[in-house]
Amino acid sequence: MVPMRRLARARLLRVPRWGGPTGADGDPAAPARWEVVTVDRPPEQVLPDGRWPEPLRRLDGAVEVRVRPAPGDRGTELAARPLAGRTPPTGLAAHLVGDDPGLLVRRTLRQVKQRVEAGEVLRADRSALDRPGARG
Amino acid sequence: MRALCWAAAGELAVREVPDPELRNERDVIVQVRRSATCGADLPLLAGRHPLLRAGDVLGAEFLGEVVEVGPAVRRHRAGDRVVVGASVACGGCWYCRQGLHSCCDNAHADPASADPDWARADGGCFGRPRAAGGFAGGHAEYVRVPYADVSAFRVPDAVDDDRAVFAADAAPTGWLAAELGAVRPGDVVAIWGAGAVGQLTARAAELRGAARVLIVDRHEERLRMAERHSGAEPLDYRRTDVAAELSDRSGGRGPDVCVVAVGTPPARSALDRFGGQYADRPDALREAVHACRKGGVVVVLGGTDGFVDAFPLGTMTERRLTLRGARRPDLRDVPMLLDRMARDELRTEHLATHRLPLAQGPQGYALFRDRADGCVRAVFTP
Repeated sequence: MVPMRRLARARLLRVPRWGGPTGADGDPAAPARWEVVTVDRPPEQVLPDGRWPEPLRRLDGAVEVRVRPAPGDRGTELAARPLAGRTPPTGLAAHLVGDDPGLLVRRTLRQVKQRVEAGEVLRADRSALDRPGARG
Repeated sequence: MRALCWAAAGELAVREVPDPELRNERDVIVQVRRSATCGADLPLLAGRHPLLRAGDVLGAEFLGEVVEVGPAVRRHRAGDRVVVGASVACGGCWYCRQGLHSCCDNAHADPASADPDWARADGGCFGRPRAAGGFAGGHAEYVRVPYADVSAFRVPDAVDDDRAVFAADAAPTGWLAAELGAVRPGDVVAIWGAGAVGQLTARAAELRGAARVLIVDRHEERLRMAERHSGAEPLDYRRTDVAAELSDRSGGRGPDVCVVAVGTPPARSALDRFGGQYADRPDALREAVHACRKGGVVVVLGGTDGFVDAFPLGTMTERRLTLRGARRPDLRDVPMLLDRMARDELRTEHLATHRLPLAQGPQGYALFRDRADGCVRAVFTP
């Protein structure tokens, strides 16, 4: 187990059963809904030295994170949500993320899970349209 | 390279497509030696998958030779002859560690964008649309295989290509059905569907000690094949009162285990197709539930894209039946099945009723879809 003083860097918060609305059609001041994933490893492997793992670390300052051991030796429940009151992304960032900041959080959590469990983030095949210069 | 691609509803074409590339460190590239048609491809062929795009390469069951290896691959090297499980699986998530590879959490390349219920996304599979988590299939000259140390298995020298190719999907699916049914020595097992999976379920039940295996279909040549190669007793439902026969042949108890391996039924009507929902008619499933002995197990394989109605729930609860299901097999049984193939306990090559060059892939699928010319499986060589 990771000592609590280390985990304290990841903000431990109470989670309502139902989160507030997310995205452009909700109250921007309301807390966003938590996105959560179970990683099949103990907390000390999910957060080595108590630090947020990559690529979650890149969202430092934009999200809050909750970590707790999963029941039944199922590993670690890792949750994150956009910080309330943050300005939605604009420009290229908005284009990439869309109007649902939860999407970026979900994708990031999943990448954390894949890195820890599988050792890499699985990439899709590239289609012919993605590879105009490819043979064939 | 050349590959068999989906072109439009009901239409396949062999096209030139870009060669696959290593996309992850755990990938290998396999040069395909054999690939087989699969019943799960038929809804795709018919255009019933909303995420399918023209140019997607089909084929979930294939075998070949490793020609390129990612830097994190430990178990394979160039030149290995491997069969590749139809399910893509990471080997490191909770599901994989339980042996449930078809439920792998990390084999869908982008579930966050494709599936709002992302934490429960299906695992990956070859020959399925990329947006549905799939990877280019094996009806091609080359295939990229992610997580190769988990998904690819070296084929023993004693097992030839025509036999080993079915260790990718059909044989492990049949074994899984017998396992889900907990078939025990002395059991009576009834199977609906005498295609490749049904026949291999019959053989798996026999290997697990079933006293009697009954197989239900309407295609005479499939029933004869099941009788000859799997020791199953054929029941032609066009000429037989199946319920009465099953009761008679199980001493009035009903079969201990009933397996429904009939594949995906066609959509019910043009309106269903237009609406995108497929209210399947679970005729075989209903018959299985009614036939099964009290406290028995009904196993459903693949079977439906969406919903079924008129399910005899009352019978299920009244008789305390257990209903279990699976769409794709796990990977854990593949080495054991290859060993059984090497010992001649499990023979599968007879299922390849039509061996064709990949260039004749569209014709092979037409034969397979229509059950024409006694086709059980068409197997392609690039």
